[in-house]
Amino acid sequence: MEKFTTHTGVGVPLRRSNVDTDQIIPAVYLKRVTKTGFDDALFAAWRGDPEFILNQDAYKHGSVLVAGPDFGTGSSREHAVWALNDYGFKVVIASRFADIFRGNSGKQGLLAAVVSQENVELLWKLLETEPGKEITVSLEDRTVTCGELTVPFEIDDYVRWRLMEGLDDIGLTLQHEEDITAFEATRASWRPKTLPAKTEPKVEIVAARPVD
Amino acid sequence: MGTTLAEKLWKDHLVRKGEDGAPDLIYIDLHMCHEVTSPQAFEGLRLAGRPVRRPDLTIATEDHNTPTLNIDLPIADETSRIQINTLRKNAEEFGVRIHSLGDADQGVVHVVGPQLGLTMPGMTVVCGDSHTSTHGAFGALAFGIGTSEVEHVLATQTLPLKAFKTMAINVNGELPKGTTAKDIILAIIAKIGTGGGQGYVLEYRGDAIKKLSMEARMTICNMSIEAGARAGLIAPDETTFEFVKGRPHAPEGADWDAAVEYWKTLTTDEDAVFDTEIELNASDLEPFVTWGTNPGQGLPLSATVPNPEDIADETDRVAAENAIAYMGLTPGQPLRDLQIDTVFLGSCTNGRIEDLRAAAEIIKGRTKAEGTRMLVVPGSARVRLQAEAEGLDKVFLDFGAEWRNAGCSMCLGMNPDQLKPQERSASTSNRNFEGRQGKGGRTHLVSPLVAAATAVRGTLSSPDDLEGAVAALA
Repeated sequence: MEKFTTHTGVGVPLRRSNVDTDQIIPAVYLKRVTKTGFDDALFAAWRGDPEFILNQDAYKHGSVLVAGPDFGTGSSREHAVWALNDYGFKVVIASRFADIFRGNSGKQGLLAAVVSQENVELLWKLLETEPGKEITVSLEDRTVTCGELTVPFEIDDYVRWRLMEGLDDIGLTLQHEEDITAFEATRASWRPKTLPAKTEPKVEIVAARPVD
Repeated sequence: MGTTLAEKLWKDHLVRKGEDGAPDLIYIDLHMCHEVTSPQAFEGLRLAGRPVRRPDLTIATEDHNTPTLNIDLPIADETSRIQINTLRKNAEEFGVRIHSLGDADQGVVHVVGPQLGLTMPGMTVVCGDSHTSTHGAFGALAFGIGTSEVEHVLATQTLPLKAFKTMAINVNGELPKGTTAKDIILAIIAKIGTGGGQGYVLEYRGDAIKKLSMEARMTICNMSIEAGARAGLIAPDETTFEFVKGRPHAPEGADWDAAVEYWKTLTTDEDAVFDTEIELNASDLEPFVTWGTNPGQGLPLSATVPNPEDIADETDRVAAENAIAYMGLTPGQPLRDLQIDTVFLGSCTNGRIEDLRAAAEIIKGRTKAEGTRMLVVPGSARVRLQAEAEGLDKVFLDFGAEWRNAGCSMCLGMNPDQLKPQERSASTSNRNFEGRQGKGGRTHLVSPLVAAATAVRGTLSSPDDLEGAVAALA
């Protein structure tokens, strides 16, 4: 993961609440087995509308998304974060994020910055009045700056540290492998194991056929 | 001060306490995988040269992409086929148990786990799917994770997690006949909103919850995520133990006794304090449906489409305007008048045997409305077999419904089971997001009873609209 300290880029005002993961990337695009190549899938249903914000020249190359509350609700698909990353977004700003989306962002170097709804409204106005205006997001200072306006944002201290250092979670956890092994030794014997596999007797499943 | 059930589960899985603001390291008892959110995780392991730490605590099934017709033929859609084949190859390479399409234990991952007896009280359960909250119905801490976390669990059998807040949802009173667990959870989400549960583990409590079957409890916990919660929980009791007992992976002999003794301790202490408490009176409930494009936009079936002008909060008003436009509705229109093109009975929310029985009870001896299609997709191959053993397939087929093989199907439209643009569905699934069931499709979330009554009348209906239907319910 790349280290994140500060980022400056075009701000994109997305005046919608509850932008769910099916809007960010519809399920039909989840069939790929790679982590990249999802840029065309981002907001796929809305991209067909010429009026959609990302179809407007001034915002097309945006990298800081400013959205309404409850961004990223719904499914656990990390593809939502990959699609935002692939499109070129580095930061998403909203007053509330769905928990899983926020967690996924942190793992993939996408900054999910929590800004009060009042300040989101101010940012929206600035970005709409002057399309193509840039926003600077400083993870070090936890601030979002747009022209004369500077507002604070919230982020979990640990996530901030990991983003700034560009650290990989698995590597960090495996430093404590002895603790994991010690814990495993204490697990009760009733706790189920998937192997060896046990099932009810195997029965043949008849394939349903189309009607008509 | 006592501790809540969620806190007990946390403490019992604590591998290492986080220092200096770092998250705690939590042990994972069961990790379930499916084809959509796992390929990039296995690829990550391969690139790093890491094995799966505990294949014996991991299980995979195929569900999201799989067709529900012609399952004995090669999957027609190439990208779906590649994704399924990738899961099969990964399972073989890393030694993970898999139940593939055509196997009697294939099905929606959240139906398969409990049915095999792999989900039990006192566990931590994760899966790269937000509806993992389903397993909380057993008194297990169960939650959905992203693909990076899937890789993390595969490699370490743990997850670094920040402690959750706790919320009690007290549901007391007598649930009226014809009203179900689905109506309870839709009413809760309408009350607290799609963000109301953010950062919380919800514990559903009270008389009305205790009386519910395991299937109904799973329906409630399943949709905790739609309120934004990380997980939902119900304390285990005799109903839970009875459900687990005798299943393929249920403990036996001394292990069973030890397990039950521990499970009985899994309740919130009398003097424990929740961060938040919510009250709901089950006696006041009636069948609930959603009118909008998020699961919080729901109302009793007897209500009318809301007028955005009456909504004070600007964000909610704009959301309502967008939703009403997308759904092709008019403010003030009675929800009962809405003409339904497709009824979908299935999903990890309502695709279990009890759901199929309830719907069959309503449609038995009645005729399907002309012009309305009904798709019945059992949650798992075993559910399908059970239903066939009870003759439910005949009831559905005689009625004019389509009887399909198991999978996620139209819940999320990743396979060919999709709505056409502007097609309107009454769906027993969990999400009414724009385009969720097919581009331009319009989804109303309902209970299996409402789904069945709707298929009879062709407009959104409840058993109350059918003569003698409520009285005939068990």
